[in-house]
Amino acid sequence: MARLTRSALLLALLGWATCADAAISGAVVARSTNWTAILMFLGFVGITLWVTAAAARRTRTISDFYTGGGITGFQNGLAMAGDYCSAASFLGITSQIFNDGFDGLIYAIGFLVGWPIVLFLVAEKLRNLGRFTFADVASYRFLQGPVRSFSAVSTLLVVSFYLIAQMVGAGQLIQLLFGLPYLYAIIVVGGLMMVYVLFGGMRATSWVQIIKAVMLLCGASFLVFGVMSHVGFSFETLFARAVAVKTKLALETGLSPADAAAKGRAIMGPGGFIKDPISALSFGFALMLGTAGLPHILMRFFTVPDAREARKSILWATVWIGYFYALTFILGFGAIVLISFNPAYVDGAGALLGGNNMAVMHLAHAIGGNVFLGFISAVAFATILAVVAGLTLSAASAISHDIYASVIRKGDAEPAKELRVSRITTVLLGIAAIILGVVFQKQNVAFMVSLAFALAASGNFPVLVMSLLWKGCTTKGAAWGGAIGLLSAFGLTVVSPVIWVAVFGFEHAIFPYSSPALFSVPAGFFAIWLISVLDRSPRAAIDRAAYPAQRLRSETGIDVHGPAAH
Amino acid sequence: MAPSSPPDLAREARIASDPRYVALVRDRQRFSWMLTAITVIVYTSFISLIAFDKPLMAQPIAGGTTSIAVVLGAAMLVGTVAICAVYVWRANGSYDARLAALLESIA
Repeated sequence: MARLTRSALLLALLGWATCADAAISGAVVARSTNWTAILMFLGFVGITLWVTAAAARRTRTISDFYTGGGITGFQNGLAMAGDYCSAASFLGITSQIFNDGFDGLIYAIGFLVGWPIVLFLVAEKLRNLGRFTFADVASYRFLQGPVRSFSAVSTLLVVSFYLIAQMVGAGQLIQLLFGLPYLYAIIVVGGLMMVYVLFGGMRATSWVQIIKAVMLLCGASFLVFGVMSHVGFSFETLFARAVAVKTKLALETGLSPADAAAKGRAIMGPGGFIKDPISALSFGFALMLGTAGLPHILMRFFTVPDAREARKSILWATVWIGYFYALTFILGFGAIVLISFNPAYVDGAGALLGGNNMAVMHLAHAIGGNVFLGFISAVAFATILAVVAGLTLSAASAISHDIYASVIRKGDAEPAKELRVSRITTVLLGIAAIILGVVFQKQNVAFMVSLAFALAASGNFPVLVMSLLWKGCTTKGAAWGGAIGLLSAFGLTVVSPVIWVAVFGFEHAIFPYSSPALFSVPAGFFAIWLISVLDRSPRAAIDRAAYPAQRLRSETGIDVHGPAAH
Repeated sequence: MAPSSPPDLAREARIASDPRYVALVRDRQRFSWMLTAITVIVYTSFISLIAFDKPLMAQPIAGGTTSIAVVLGAAMLVGTVAICAVYVWRANGSYDARLAALLESIA
């Protein structure tokens, strides 16, 4: 069982932290229906539907739908944290720390370190130039058709992989926490997400994410307070007791006292997660640069009035996300200390009851009883809803704003019609998400979030950076170079161990590393550069000539719109 | 994506050729690239330390249980937030003030 847990962990490590995929590794055992949790969750749904109804009355124009009419940097930072911290960061990272100690922190840091990159390189220019989608910015001075088509395809790909992982994770998690059948769970998630986005647009989505972020941070803070009061508010005591627990567990397996002590101490240092430095760096780069290319995160910049508030949003998002990961680290060690020997939470071999991502759930029960377990379960469900709503909104805007209004209608779409298209798209996406959730139920979706990050880092990120910062970039360079980055990330993932060996059953992977980003991101940049340099078309001359005006507007924010203007 | 009111191109040209604008863009760009480089180098070093010297990272600090790895990890979390704060403080402070003064003086 310990072996099984470990291999399941390794399998899931790629896509661990921002999605619920972690919940699907290992055996999923449906629980008896948890009524406290369901009541708490219904409370959350009630509040969010009320917010949606209020938002719906104020969502009349296309701008309302895409941007929510403007919020402050602080609110947007919380919403970004709500968009980014998922149920699986909460369940997956704490459980990984419960099992292996320090290693869980490596993921957490990777997910956080992308935010300064977004802030330094793209945030203010994005806000200054854009209106509704990141494609507004990527295609600003280019021929709209090719660049918008690339951006829309890339958005849909990134969002789809992210969404599949979320939906499958959601189904499994809800089955686990609430005792609801998988199909019902998927339909509840898909249906609610559709209602939020359809009626409330960005305003409702933002508030669902803000409410969820506050609930998650409060719940986790309370748990950490419980853990720390148990160890006299001393980290040294917490770590020492965790090491003692792990040593005792190792002794029980029949190891010599010296070996057991070494095993106990192992949780304080890096373990098996990073074996191969290239894979580790590549994975780190995917997380770091991918954050700056995730369409649903980039879209959040257009909800604030100016570059100033956009910067503040990121600072607040980083504060809350960093705080959240610090909490998960303490919770993981708290779980080692508080639940390791309790037969209500672990079996004889030391494995968690109810699936290997339940550490924080058991900890919640140990600290706050059934009511608090119910609250934390409801928070986990709310978390998934907030994430899928943001994803759906960004995919809907890619289709209605980039494909319909800009490519098909060449920019003269009636706003009312564009709004109708985005709403129809939302319904179709909701249905598609439910179907994908069912189709992929039994598949390994753990790699999909890391694939989404790698695609965003290799396609969107280079296109955005080159179009914003390099005057030589041309339409062809952006569209085709971006596509090459995207394809190389996708292709390398297919021939990497996670698909080539694990799915297709070949003996050796052609590409030996677990993440393509270290190679596909430079490939994307190089392709954009090469194609642009070779581009001698008349359009290329127009693209290059338009750079100074774009640069001026991106640096100053003059001659562009605020979020509420239309 | 054209704005609904036509951009004032003459004013844009005056701003673009103003030495204060050129200096502002140069300073801000240099600052943001410097912070980007720091972020990437620190993060890469952290991952490399983990990949290449696990025993060092596992060493306890001051004879206790808390290890170098845990302290460095915590420092990475705090440092990430801090570097964002430094940028926002400077960009929303002196850079924005210079930009506002510039835009005001060029009508």
